[in-house]
This record gives sequence, C-alpha cells and structure tokens, in this order.
Amino acid sequence: MGCIEELKYETILSHASFKEVREYVKEHFKERYEVDPGFKIFDSYIIGIPPILVGIEGDSVIFPYTKPCHGTFLLRIEGPEEIERLRRKR
Amino acid sequence: MRPTLRVRGAVKMDPAQSMAVGGEAGKKTALLLLGCPEVPVQMGIALYLASRLEKDGVSAVVAGNPSVIQLIRVSDPDQHYVKRVMNLEKAMADLIEGRMRPDLTVSFAHNDAGISYAATVRHVSASPLYLIIFGREAEALAGLAEFECEKIVERAVHNPAQLKKKIDKVFGWAASKS
Repeated sequence: MGCIEELKYETILSHASFKEVREYVKEHFKERYEVDPGFKIFDSYIIGIPPILVGIEGDSVIFPYTKPCHGTFLLRIEGPEEIERLRRKR
Repeated sequence: MRPTLRVRGAVKMDPAQSMAVGGEAGKKTALLLLGCPEVPVQMGIALYLASRLEKDGVSAVVAGNPSVIQLIRVSDPDQHYVKRVMNLEKAMADLIEGRMRPDLTVSFAHNDAGISYAATVRHVSASPLYLIIFGREAEALAGLAEFECEKIVERAVHNPAQLKKKIDKVFGWAASKS
C-alpha cells in the first residue's frame, strides 16, 4: 500500500466495492467529510468514485484505499494533522 | 492551469508535456492505465492499442502494477509495441499533481477498482478519456461509470476479438486489415 503500508493502520473493510465503503462510512461515522478524487491523505491519493466520504472518530481518520487487484479497503489511521486539515475544509 | 475539457476530437499537441509523460518530442502521448492483469484480454488489447496508436503517431505509455509491467516486458522484450512503462501509483500521482498531461487516456476496468481509477482520472485530468470495460461483469460495471468518457464495453474474458472490433470502430481503425 505504498506509504500507507508503513503506517499503523486498522482495516475496517477489505475487498469491498467503493459503494459499500461509502455506505459504511455514512452509516457508522457521524463526523464525515466529502472529498474529491485525488484528495491527498497520509501522502497517498484517494482513488474513488464521487461522492467520496472520509470519517473522523476520536484521533483517527477513516478513509477508502483502493488497489487494482484487491478492491477498496476502509482504513483507520491516527492522524491529528489530517483531521485538522479535513475540518478546515468545511 | 488545466486545459479545457475535450472528450472527443483532435487535441493540440504540447511537445513539452509529451516529454513529461515519457513520449517522444513532437508526438502526441497516450496514457494507458491498466488494471489487475487477471483477465487475459487486457494484455492483448493493451499491446494492440499501443501498437496502433504508435502507427497513428501517438506515443503510448503503459501504467500498471508491478505484475502488469512484468507482463508487458516479457511479452514485448524488444519494446516493439510498448516503449515506456510506469508504475500505476506514480502515474496517478503525476496526473493528480498536474505533472503529466497526456493527450488522451485509456483506462481499463474489469472490476470496481478499475472504475474508481477511471473516475479519478476524469476528475483530475482534462484529457479525453476512453474507458474500456471488459470481463464477466462488464455491463454492470458500465452502469457505475456515470462520468464523462467514451465507454467501450464488451463481456470479453479470454477472447479479445469482439472488444478489438469495438475499439477499432471508436478509434477509426475499423477499415484497417492489420
């Protein structure tokens, strides 16, 4: 997973469709933000079909991560700076 | 600054950008974004497209994951068809950051991830986008691609013949006997 792989991450969903991941974020995270395809997060770029939802829970960011052979993963990574950046987008 | 969106028709060449994408100076460039290489027709169609585009004076760069790049290099060891390959993540980063502006992009999709990549390309790049959707779920996947692009859809898995016919028609190669 490139740079993401080097971080401490938790996998919430794996091998999912982009729609499944979007619906999960919508249903499970009250604080969420819509970002554009290509949005940079943890030095990676979000690949996806708009609308792309990124959730926040505590100190963690919950976001989709797509790989060509494995579909989309929903990952949770601690990232106060990324949270700040997302909140500033509002 | 991004150029105006042009999905079909002639595209003005930018030699500087052509070099930036890895093509030859003075030639248009095409970026071929390949997905997971698990469906056989993808590799044959990619080599065919690269070859035909070169004949049309368009320099093709093929981007894919490491397996795709190895398949290309083993299939075309003397680089008759594909002159330049690049890592998919690097290609996406370059497109997103505006470091690469191909004259046209061909995105391959046989799964949900492939559509996600194409949707991202559509959002970040103004180049004409051709989306080749293949595999057993081709029709269902085509329904997910609601963004502006030229879709070429065929339920091809092992045999690329019908898909090639559709590509020939879209790219204006239908009359050719090669």
